Amino acid sequence: MSLWEYANPVKFLRLSERVLPWLWALAVLCLASGLAWGFFGTPDDFRQGSTVKIIYIHVPAALMAINGWFMMLVASLIWLIRRHHVSALAARAAAPVGVTMTLIALITGAVWGQPMWGTWWAWDPRLTSFLILFLFYLGYMAMWSAIEDPDTAADLTSVLCLVGSVFAILSRYAVNFWNQGLHQGASLSLDKEKNVADVFYHPLLLSIAGFVLLFLALVLYRTGTEIRVRRTRALRARQGAGV
Amino acid sequence: MELNVTELSVARGGLPVLEGVSLSLAPGQALVLRGPNGSGKTTLLRTIAGLQPALAGNVTGAEDRIAYAGHADGLKAMLSVSENLTFWAAVFGTRHVDAALAAFALEPLADRLAGTLSAGQKRRLGLARLLVTGRPIWVLDEPTVSLDADAVTLFADAVRAHLAGGGMALIATHIDLGLEAAVLDVTPHRVVLDAARLGASDEAFL
Amino acid sequence: MRALLVRDLRLALRAGGGFGLGLAFFLIVVVLVPFSVGPQSELLGRIAAGVLWLAALLACLLSLDRILALDFEDGTLDVLATAPLPLEAALSVKALAHWLTTAVPLVVAAPVLAVLLNLPAAGYGGLVLSLLLGTPALSVIGTFGAALTVGIKRGGLLLSLLVLPLYVPTLIFGAEAARRSADGLDATTPLLMLAGISAGVLALMPFASAAVLRVNLR
Repeated sequence: MSLWEYANPVKFLRLSERVLPWLWALAVLCLASGLAWGFFGTPDDFRQGSTVKIIYIHVPAALMAINGWFMMLVASLIWLIRRHHVSALAARAAAPVGVTMTLIALITGAVWGQPMWGTWWAWDPRLTSFLILFLFYLGYMAMWSAIEDPDTAADLTSVLCLVGSVFAILSRYAVNFWNQGLHQGASLSLDKEKNVADVFYHPLLLSIAGFVLLFLALVLYRTGTEIRVRRTRALRARQGAGV
Repeated sequence: MELNVTELSVARGGLPVLEGVSLSLAPGQALVLRGPNGSGKTTLLRTIAGLQPALAGNVTGAEDRIAYAGHADGLKAMLSVSENLTFWAAVFGTRHVDAALAAFALEPLADRLAGTLSAGQKRRLGLARLLVTGRPIWVLDEPTVSLDADAVTLFADAVRAHLAGGGMALIATHIDLGLEAAVLDVTPHRVVLDAARLGASDEAFL
Repeated sequence: MRALLVRDLRLALRAGGGFGLGLAFFLIVVVLVPFSVGPQSELLGRIAAGVLWLAALLACLLSLDRILALDFEDGTLDVLATAPLPLEAALSVKALAHWLTTAVPLVVAAPVLAVLLNLPAAGYGGLVLSLLLGTPALSVIGTFGAALTVGIKRGGLLLSLLVLPLYVPTLIFGAEAARRSADGLDATTPLLMLAGISAGVLALMPFASAAVLRVNLR
């Protein structure tokens, strides 16, 4: 029994069907409690007022935007090396979720930035990097939808994801070099001293957990859909071939 | 060295089309492939030429020895006939194009732009390319399309000369070229799909 | 390899080869800029370096689909893939041909158009140098985009969507170098970064391009 057994689409579907209800439930639980605690159970920031509470959506969404791309990268590598179909389809399934997270991070960032910096948009390096990440997601999804043959599409998008990752990191450094920016430092780090104040910390962790679970549930669900689409396609092709 | 194909299975668009194809060619031999449209002759030839991966089976003796000519001729309309040939000769590391021009009666057209040729003349130029590659194994997909009777004779002569010089040829064609060649009908190798079979890409999903 | 380069150059220069189109596009974009931002020469001088870099990038982008699409349609790529020349080398040569026929004319024309945009005198050297160092990266990255989209009918728009985000670092460092030298500042750092990007993509990108082209040919 190894992990790779779940590379078989049928087994994967069976597993995800068993796991998904729990995942949904946990995600909703974490999100609801984390957000409720964050919005109603924490005091207003002495400088930022109640605006600060957007942090419970902004930070987890931004985290998942990057982790989503990272997951696509890992899945693409698995497809290129071991050629497991589920892996390629999981990468495909993650892209729309990741792009939505990026969009949420961008929009909440603008909403947060307006009262804080006095502008909806500034060409701050971090905002700009997310905008570029958004463009990479768009290109990746466009590539998937442009190609009919699923294996060809998987190969091409996987290489694109690899190359794109390198250029996304390059862009991150280039953008830092280009403009020093207004963004506050990272809100979370392993170094406890630098973290946001404790009152905000725990509800934030909870809503991050909620976003991670939500992301996983959405990706699993969408991967299931992609597998069924492929299955339909395979059955149709068979029918066309006269079986 | 022989070209050996053993138990080759090939797929098109994620579906297996041919399986268990075995053939072998010794120097001086030719083999003609037959089979109805859509039976997978082109896919088989492209797989043997190394342009696409096989589902199963082996091809040995093909590495860097194949000259492939498919449906398109690989010609540039804005280059002259001799420029086109000289280019391919240089890419394949040979020099002389005169013999190739002569073999397909292209000398009078040598300075014409390839774009101004008729379909049959273009095809002759595309086939002349095989001669300048200097490669021993010709893999040809419907080489006689748009050729008239005289040009077909020229082509058959060129193949015969190639074989006489120790070359080999694998040709998918419908017409009789008058060659001393074995015939392989791919029809028996066509894949009968059944739900239990594994191999092609899509089948993992059934 | 030389045969392929000579052929690509010859094809580009003959009728229908598209040589000069990129240059004309570059000229037109630069001429349109004052119409859109106003004729104040002080303002134009400030944005000149960036505008010239952006226009050069777009002119490069415009001609990318010619690198491979025509050779794909007429079967040349099938034969090249079975030729003794490795596909990686063939694609590098094709990128070089694109650079010579598209980017070099842009680099030569850039100082002339810079006059129209009132670029400060100090900026000319930096502009030409940054374009010389940066445009090879544009050609090589563009060849990767062309190899990705070669099998797609009307893939031009998709090609732009894929390639433009990849152009971001090159544009940032290139335009930064040109702007700094126009402002009389030291442009060594961005120029070095730019050279680094070009060297990196020249060394690694052909492998990615050949990999996706092989996928598209099968």
